[in-house]
Amino acid sequence: MDENERLEPPDKERRDFLSCLGSAIACGAAAVAANSVASQATAATPATAAAAEPGIPGYDWSKHQWGFGVDAEKCIGCLRCVEACKKENNVSLDPNHFRTWVERYVTLQGEDKARIDSQHDPVNIAASPKEGEYRFANRYKDANVEKAFFVPKLCNHCTNPACVQVCPTGATYKTEDGVVVIDHTYCIGCQYCVQACPYGARFFNEEKNVTDKCTWCYHRITKGLQPACVEVCPVGARVFGDRNDKQSPISQFIQNNRVRVLRPETGNAPNVFYVGTDKDVI
Amino acid sequence: MEALIHASPFTGYVYPNETIVPWTVLIVVYPYLTGLVAGAFTISSLYQVFGFTQLRPVAHFALLISLCCMITVPLPLLLHLGHPERAFNAMITPHVTSAFAVFGYAAGFYIILLVLETWFVFRPYIVQQAQKPTGLLRWGYRILSLGSYDVSDKAMRYDQKWLFTLAIIGIPGAHGLHGYVGFVFGSLKSREWWSSDLMPVIFLFSAIISGTALVIILYVLSCKLRKVSVDLSCLKVMAYALWGFMMFTLLIEGVEFLSLVYRGREGVEVIMEFVKGPLIVPFFILQFGVGSVLPLLVITFLIWRGTSGTALIVGITGSAILVLLAVLMMRYNVVIGGQEISKTAKGLVAYHPPIFGREGLLAAGIVLAIPLVLLSVLVRLFPPWEKAAA
Repeated sequence: MDENERLEPPDKERRDFLSCLGSAIACGAAAVAANSVASQATAATPATAAAAEPGIPGYDWSKHQWGFGVDAEKCIGCLRCVEACKKENNVSLDPNHFRTWVERYVTLQGEDKARIDSQHDPVNIAASPKEGEYRFANRYKDANVEKAFFVPKLCNHCTNPACVQVCPTGATYKTEDGVVVIDHTYCIGCQYCVQACPYGARFFNEEKNVTDKCTWCYHRITKGLQPACVEVCPVGARVFGDRNDKQSPISQFIQNNRVRVLRPETGNAPNVFYVGTDKDVI
Repeated sequence: MEALIHASPFTGYVYPNETIVPWTVLIVVYPYLTGLVAGAFTISSLYQVFGFTQLRPVAHFALLISLCCMITVPLPLLLHLGHPERAFNAMITPHVTSAFAVFGYAAGFYIILLVLETWFVFRPYIVQQAQKPTGLLRWGYRILSLGSYDVSDKAMRYDQKWLFTLAIIGIPGAHGLHGYVGFVFGSLKSREWWSSDLMPVIFLFSAIISGTALVIILYVLSCKLRKVSVDLSCLKVMAYALWGFMMFTLLIEGVEFLSLVYRGREGVEVIMEFVKGPLIVPFFILQFGVGSVLPLLVITFLIWRGTSGTALIVGITGSAILVLLAVLMMRYNVVIGGQEISKTAKGLVAYHPPIFGREGLLAAGIVLAIPLVLLSVLVRLFPPWEKAAA
């Protein structure tokens, strides 16, 4: 069972809506809707307390602010993170559904632009041992490689998430501790959020008929564990921690490096911080 | 449960999750249908509000067309949803920042408005049928009359006021609904192909031309089926409207594309690769050439030569069929095309819609046929021609 099932949708948004509605209640249809919302809000009230501590004893989401760091200088493209994520979060094993993935950027001599591929590329899939296990094919062994590096990717858990903005029901929302999650029991599966994410981090879960994405392993981090991808990374290319704690790995990572985020021009304000990327990284 | 794992091949670099195209032909059908609603309603309003009396033979028919399309509009969306049974979540707890959250309210409001307007238009007929001494259907008409059999001049004047008011509210309603569909796409910053302020305007004007074209085709077809002559002055006014709105649509589309290329932001190379490659047939040949330029030339020729009679009917109807196809291709090129250009701006996905399955071409075709089936029933229950005959 994943954490999306356990988390309650944000009650605040609904109460906000309700108060807005109070002033516009003149319309009869709106009054009917307001009644429904009121019952919804009432029904969810006991769960509000649980939402503040999402069913986890001793966990208070207002005391944490999670953040993620990626050190592309260290990544060796072993793809253990990708495999671990699939296992940990029951992600479909086929090469079209990923909560996290790794991109390879290779600039050959005489070329100006990097050649980019990821583990889902048919050549890499052909080189992988079996479904659910991934390898980067050694496709550049005979080429003159000028520069090459790997970049792990995942949901950026943005401060202004475009996916949350467009969700028609509020099924996807940002938790108090800075994680963007999806309530799988409330999502209608319209996939507007899939379209809105500029990072391609979301996908459709055909098993549950809802959208899906990385949650920074919310079920683990709320118990004091690291996300699965961070746990298995053999080189420490993935860094995770609480930004409220100035001594945490992520706070130190941001403090000691010149970090960047992906596509800052979108205004989404991502919370995955990168070191060691290049101009070609998108 | 039927799985929809229909991964598409790609070139260049696309994000791994992009190989499964999220919005399929059903989401092509959705804006197409709302467009037909807005267009047909425009024709009806030109008579009802703006006094284009030449359009009288089609005014009520256009209203019925609009209603039939509107009733069908939620269907492609519901078919597409992963959990259609939760669709009302968007209305019960609408997330106010989402463009989609408005849909339920807007569509509900508009269906009610169309039903009301249809009721007022056909009230004299309903009353007449309800008072018939025999026939099983009279019971249905009695219920529809809502107990009011008053068709005196005073009552008719009162009805007329309602009709006028509803038509006036309906104009921003229908056009707002469709402009909003354009906003659903145009407001997304994640896709360069969609992200344009002109998107709602383009959607709106192409909606008007598609609705006008549909009214032309169905009117001519209905005349043939009823073995009555086509009102040429009515047909001409619709042809003029089609011509004018098409010119404007083409112009805006041209400006939009030009500014996209001229701005030349990141990813324009891939867009150009897309335009010069996969878009040649669906856009340049079908949408632009056969669907837009050809009918424009034909209608221009017909007007210029002062053609009349059968040649005029064939020419205009043929052009209308092409326009209807062009707008369908435009929806396809926007909805599917936008998803074929990768968010990485470094690759293209090649989407080929399946024929069968929930999101297949067959399902989309059936959805598109439903308004016509509904219409064939409604025109029998509420004949929109009687005024024209009188």
